[in-house]
Amino acid sequence: MTAADGTVERNRWLTSAGWRALFRDRPVIPLIVLLGILVVVSELVRPGVVSPGWAGVIMRTAVPLAILAGAQTLAMLTGGIDLSVGAVGSMSGFVVATLVGGPGLGVAILVALTVAALAGLVTGIGVGVFKVHPLIMTLGMSLVVLGLANVWQIQMVQTGAGVPAEFRTIGSTLAFGILPYSLLVFVPVAALILFALRRTGYGRLLYAVGDNPIAARLSGTRPWQVLIALYVITALLAAIAGFLYSGLTNTASVTLMDTQVLPSVAAAVIGGTSILGGRGGFGGTIVGALILTVVSSLLVSLGSPEAVRQILFGAIIVVVAAAYTRVTSEG
Amino acid sequence: MAVTAPAVEERPEPAWRGILQRNGWTLGLLGFLVVLLVFTKLIQPSYGVSGVQGLAIAILPLALAAAAQAVVVISGGIDLSIGSMMALTSVIAATRMEDQPPEVTVIAVILVLAIGLVLGAVNGALVVITKVPDIVVTLAMSFVWAGVALLVLRTPGGGSADWLRDLVLGSVGNEWIPRAALVLAAIVAVVWIPLQRSRLGLSFYALGSNELAAFRSGVSVGWTKFLAYVVAGLFSALAGIMLVASSGIGTPVPGPYTLLSVAAVVLGGVSLAGGRGGLAGPVIAVVILSLLRTDMTFLRLNTNLATVAQGVILVVVVMIGTFLTLRRKAE
Repeated sequence: MTAADGTVERNRWLTSAGWRALFRDRPVIPLIVLLGILVVVSELVRPGVVSPGWAGVIMRTAVPLAILAGAQTLAMLTGGIDLSVGAVGSMSGFVVATLVGGPGLGVAILVALTVAALAGLVTGIGVGVFKVHPLIMTLGMSLVVLGLANVWQIQMVQTGAGVPAEFRTIGSTLAFGILPYSLLVFVPVAALILFALRRTGYGRLLYAVGDNPIAARLSGTRPWQVLIALYVITALLAAIAGFLYSGLTNTASVTLMDTQVLPSVAAAVIGGTSILGGRGGFGGTIVGALILTVVSSLLVSLGSPEAVRQILFGAIIVVVAAAYTRVTSEG
Repeated sequence: MAVTAPAVEERPEPAWRGILQRNGWTLGLLGFLVVLLVFTKLIQPSYGVSGVQGLAIAILPLALAAAAQAVVVISGGIDLSIGSMMALTSVIAATRMEDQPPEVTVIAVILVLAIGLVLGAVNGALVVITKVPDIVVTLAMSFVWAGVALLVLRTPGGGSADWLRDLVLGSVGNEWIPRAALVLAAIVAVVWIPLQRSRLGLSFYALGSNELAAFRSGVSVGWTKFLAYVVAGLFSALAGIMLVASSGIGTPVPGPYTLLSVAAVVLGGVSLAGGRGGLAGPVIAVVILSLLRTDMTFLRLNTNLATVAQGVILVVVVMIGTFLTLRRKAE
């Protein structure tokens, strides 16, 4: 190998490595570029559609998904997955809707959060202590939660109070026609997650457990404690997302958020969080949720059927995940 | 001592003992099923021929879905797109068979089976080529196949061929032997038993137990993984056809089959880590799950509690399985 060859190769390696590093370490930047492209495409396809009001509607739709995807991101950082977020979220929204007429909103929210936390606690004990695969544990938990919510539904069938007005206001109205009130909930929650992941010991433990559980244990972590706390947190996040989503759609149903589970995984994957654990963050996930929302609104404005949206979502996940895998495995 | 000890060890173990040990879990399930049947008869004395026949028809699609899942899980993967593949193949079958002469419907069934192979091949190729975790790929493909199913048929409809319906309805010879059970046994016998005994079947198990060891002993890892998904696609297509046969129509919206297939596989003694189990266990587990639900209605319990029970059973079985594995390791 001559020196010239070496130089050429190193140059090519440098540039591609630079790109790889960008995607690997700062996926948010290329994702925001992609989001921008999608917004431009939306405007080109339907001139005049992009407006402050449009942005508000997009944000309003993306907020519950982003919170749900935040729960998914945390679970995925530890190498797990939480498929019970849909059932827990729907149940929480439903419980509030049934209780708000009786004991009042505050009590209703408290009850819903407590039940969600209990479900998360059981999941966490299963995953952390009994080492049940998270996929199975959360799957089983979603069956349990759905079944119990259905039982509750039959008990409560007489007192159909409906989604509280407060949830409808927060979930679906825009301040000044631009800013959705749900940001009042989302911004603190998102700030808390971002801060916890970047700056707190618990955040680092999540990465540590996901990256190398044995190393984490040998360095004095107790992974079971981390996991129990994790699944309680994901259940609480799912409950908050459930409140907002029931307000957004003005529906209280025990299967309301089932269709949001797979998009929540999709948003986290697009955002650069590895399902194998140890890599990713919430920033990318937020942009991922926005991208998914813009894509589906774009498709709706094109008049394409729900079917096309699903196909495209699936294709996006595979392509993006494949791109990440290429970037990270050879970097 | 040194002389006598080998003599004792060399005494051949009775063959039945080996069979018992290897199939302990399946036999246990079978025993439980018998107990459950007796229990059913006790709480509902009228449970008889029609009950057994209804049970056999009801379990047919899920049993084949569980078979599809089992093949992939044995090879160390997971397929979350089975329910969607069933939806897609069922709508194709139902639209192609509606009001057609028998010859055409036979061709339609063969065509649908070929499509099943293609769907599985796409899944497998994506998993192998992109190196993205199988959970992500098949989750994404579940969107894609469900979307395509909606493009084929917007609302449930289509029709089944008469011969196909006659194939699963009613009984053969003794009225206690439902045709549906025979069809299931025949499908499993024709597809799985030769496969399990072949080189490829052995490769599935090898790949599932230890990918590196399998690679070093000459198993073509990518090819084997690919073929496991192809077989799953075939079983999913069979399940889709049986959905049409038992319900008379095709439904574009995926049922709960993906998640229930995972549950059945785990209950059926197939380790999620791969390399262990067979198809008999999952099929028996499907029967048990279905019978439990029937029993709940007989006991006038809320059927939603059956959902709870399924979730609890799933989780508890996995907990016990993990616990036993951990103890074995500790010893």
